[in-house]
Amino acid sequence: MSEFFNMGGYALYVWSSYGLALVILLANIILPMRRRKQQIAMIKRRLRRTL
Amino acid sequence: MWSFFHRLASPKHFYPFATRLIPWLGWSTLILFIVGLYLGLFVAPTDYQQGESYRIIYIHVPAAWMSMFVYMVMAISGGIGLVWKMKMADIVASSAAPLGAAFTILALATGSLWGKPMWGTWWIWDARLTSELILLFLYLGFIALQSAIEDRRTAANACAVLALVGVVNIPIIHYSVEWWNTLHQGATVTRFDKPAMATSMLIPLLTMFLAFKLYFGMTLLMRARVEILERERDASWMKDMIMESDK
Repeated sequence: MSEFFNMGGYALYVWSSYGLALVILLANIILPMRRRKQQIAMIKRRLRRTL
Repeated sequence: MWSFFHRLASPKHFYPFATRLIPWLGWSTLILFIVGLYLGLFVAPTDYQQGESYRIIYIHVPAAWMSMFVYMVMAISGGIGLVWKMKMADIVASSAAPLGAAFTILALATGSLWGKPMWGTWWIWDARLTSELILLFLYLGFIALQSAIEDRRTAANACAVLALVGVVNIPIIHYSVEWWNTLHQGATVTRFDKPAMATSMLIPLLTMFLAFKLYFGMTLLMRARVEILERERDASWMKDMIMESDK
């Protein structure tokens, strides 16, 4: 198992690449989800004010 | 069939369509990533020249392919918006831009992480790397131009023109490794004869590519949905939909 994580001595480069991919791909899912929730909450607030 | 596409051109119909499609795309993306990562990290053999470092390919190459594919999606939908004044086309173009920029950053960064151990340098002003960096600037230019212009219609038109002019960079990126002497290696997959890559290494690469592609489809729809919420917040169908979801 430690041999796997060692990546033949290239651990730093390989795992940095995979880690960065994970961060970027997750961020692009989480950010629009948060923005969507905020937008819906804002539209609701505006609706309540006009009612 | 045509009426289906016509309906999708209106945000009112696009929104629920996206909502229905996103979970399907999400689950298939997840499954493809699990299979692709398993094949790429555990099954694919060690490269006889590059050792284990070559496994960066399973992130780097799909990200680089997507950086160009997303650009074409952005330019074509921008062009459609420019010619036919289609609201949905503008929304797709502006939703694609930040995703394309993300794929480009990932391709450049993983290229750097691969270049350091293999070439001995993080960066070199070689044709492939430079043209990919220009692609990033095109995406950033698109995003900056859009936020700089107040009127949505004018902004969409200006951005579409920028995106269409920038298309010239795509063949330059693709053929850069043939036209110039570059440190970057030549194409291994997209060649007319058979790919210069063992099947056991190629299958994980294509699986990861498909995963990236579906991921893009999902996140594009997610971003488009937010754009619709922002642009149509005063539309009566939007108010009805939000009220409906509250019940």
